[in-house]
Amino acid sequence: MTTLSPAPSAEDAIPAKRAGIDLLFLVAVLAIAVALVRVIYFTPFEAIQGPAQKIFYLHLPAALDAFMAFGVVALAGIGYLWLGDLRLDRAAESSAEVGVVFTTVVLVTGPIWARPVWGTWWTWDARLTLTLFLWFIYVSYLVLRGAIDDRALRARYSAVLGILGSLLIPFIHLSVYLFRTLHPRPIVLKPSAPSLPPEMLTTLIISFIAFSLFYLALVRQRYRLATERDLLELEEGR
Amino acid sequence: MAPNTLTAAFLIARKDLAIEFRTRTAFFSAAVFALLGIVIFYFAWDPTAVSAIDLAPGVLWAIFTFSGLLGLQRSFGIEQADRAIDTLLGAPIPRESIYLGKAMANLVFVAAVQVVAIPAVQLFYGVPLLEHAWALASIALLAAVGLVAVGTLFSAMAVNTKLAEMLLPVLSLPFFVPIVIPAAQATARLLAGRPADEIVGWLKLLIAFDIVFVAACMLAFPFTIEE
Amino acid sequence: MIAARGLGRRFGGRVAVSEVSLSLEAGDCLALFGPNGAGKTTLLRMLAGLLRPTEGGGSVAGVALPGGAELRAAVGYISHASMLYGALSARENVELTARLFGVRDPREQAVRALERMEMSERADTPVRLLSRGMQQRVSIARATVHDPRVVLLDEPFTGLDDSGSAALAAHIASLRAAGTTMVLVTHQIAEGLALATHAAIMREGALVRLEKGETMDPSTYLGVYREHVTHGA
Repeated sequence: MTTLSPAPSAEDAIPAKRAGIDLLFLVAVLAIAVALVRVIYFTPFEAIQGPAQKIFYLHLPAALDAFMAFGVVALAGIGYLWLGDLRLDRAAESSAEVGVVFTTVVLVTGPIWARPVWGTWWTWDARLTLTLFLWFIYVSYLVLRGAIDDRALRARYSAVLGILGSLLIPFIHLSVYLFRTLHPRPIVLKPSAPSLPPEMLTTLIISFIAFSLFYLALVRQRYRLATERDLLELEEGR
Repeated sequence: MAPNTLTAAFLIARKDLAIEFRTRTAFFSAAVFALLGIVIFYFAWDPTAVSAIDLAPGVLWAIFTFSGLLGLQRSFGIEQADRAIDTLLGAPIPRESIYLGKAMANLVFVAAVQVVAIPAVQLFYGVPLLEHAWALASIALLAAVGLVAVGTLFSAMAVNTKLAEMLLPVLSLPFFVPIVIPAAQATARLLAGRPADEIVGWLKLLIAFDIVFVAACMLAFPFTIEE
Repeated sequence: MIAARGLGRRFGGRVAVSEVSLSLEAGDCLALFGPNGAGKTTLLRMLAGLLRPTEGGGSVAGVALPGGAELRAAVGYISHASMLYGALSARENVELTARLFGVRDPREQAVRALERMEMSERADTPVRLLSRGMQQRVSIARATVHDPRVVLLDEPFTGLDDSGSAALAAHIASLRAAGTTMVLVTHQIAEGLALATHAAIMREGALVRLEKGETMDPSTYLGVYREHVTHGA
């Protein structure tokens, strides 16, 4: 199934370093600003939870993007093992680094939300726990990458871990979910909105689009960095 | 005629076990580690607050993963000295047989440590584990297969990196969680005399994990050793 | 028996072997010289089917590179590492290899292979207790127990004393007499030339010189080698 892995060559590089501002990044930052404004000023408070609930508009999109980012890592890994193109590995690497940041955002906003609403910093909520494990998987992925100097070996091993990690997620989810349903928690409220009135749904969608644009912009920047670093290593003949 | 996958796997498993039997260091280290861990955990809890019977299943399966890691470490470690792995790589055997053989040897190793650990937990925590010997053996076997499936693959990978001993736990432990949770829950229910179908439910999760990861790791293995 | 056409291998950014072409008939023996890091080990590992080429192609024992089980079955590989399991005895190591290669009567063949290497007396000693010279002998037994048509030796003389080297040279000569095709990487120029039909020099991944027969005069070759390696070509 695997083919020979071609080494990074001139064709893998971007043709010329783009001068000037990164348009996608700018648009993404603007989108986040718009989303934040909408969240703070133009979205009604939730009846029971009050202003703290608004963190949800950051928390959920970040979580969705964090999991999707890992999906990208896994798919790029499969692609690399199949085609041997290092560009796919650079995409995986970039998505992983951005993904771990988004996951950290989820793990930070979760407790910030939990504290005023439920009086505790951490809840072993099934989804938050799953995100915690996603964070561990990301971290082990990045540690693995850091521990291998050989470029092709790093790409191969990372791909294997990325694929296995994506298989792990459903099992963690199932284990934790079954664990929790058989151990009823004293806290009754779940950190998700029940059914959303239209304005809240719109805000959520806007926020999700903004975060996703931000993800894409960050990954692209990180990808360029990876390409240049690989080129540098090539020239140094390492 | 070059041996097929299973024959080659048995040859390699036998070889690994013969080597371990001669030196016995890894087994004793893992067994003693397990015993120490079991004892230390006992003292780490207030016996008036948490009863031993509640503690035992968790301790048993947590220690299972940590002592298992000790055995997994050496799985590919022995191939590094004198580049013995090249003998296996240079033979006309399917790559999967190397994985399978080492996984089988690791399974025996982990099972042997459990044979020491389970009676120790019964002794120190006063829980009648051995009364449920067959059920417990099924749980142990399913858990061991999952542990060994993932651990053997990561051992092959970790040995080629800069941080070998540290990397193996970091890579493996997230994958051990869906093993420990069902195993501990099933054991707890077993001790509490819960109906069989509750226990079987958890076992099904273990079986699913084993099937998925034995297959996935066997498919992934050639990518970790081919150059 | 061995053919290489523009064979090359990169590791990440580093080029270990580039554009190596050669051709050996059955029974030929190529002595491969070169400084450390020249890519000799990498080339040998590619020919042994242990490493995939990233460029070019070739064939060994009729199987196209990178080959698979079929290629590995026809090759015996000897490295400067013994490739043996220290805790197992010499006989167990060779017998394991015989079984892995599907040799008929593996135990008997292992015993015979050790006899040929004059290791019968210490056959049941754990390998880690044997001297380096003896380990090399066991290693040769291991690599030849399946009667390979091609034997690749990577600096086999390393760490051997005089009598060990002499014994090894004799074994290589007998392999040649039996018609095995060989590539021998070594730093011992005189010994290498005495055993070989062809000689080559590698430098920085490339084959800078390849010749056979008459031009390989030990007295002049050292000068040729120095010229290619130190002054650059």
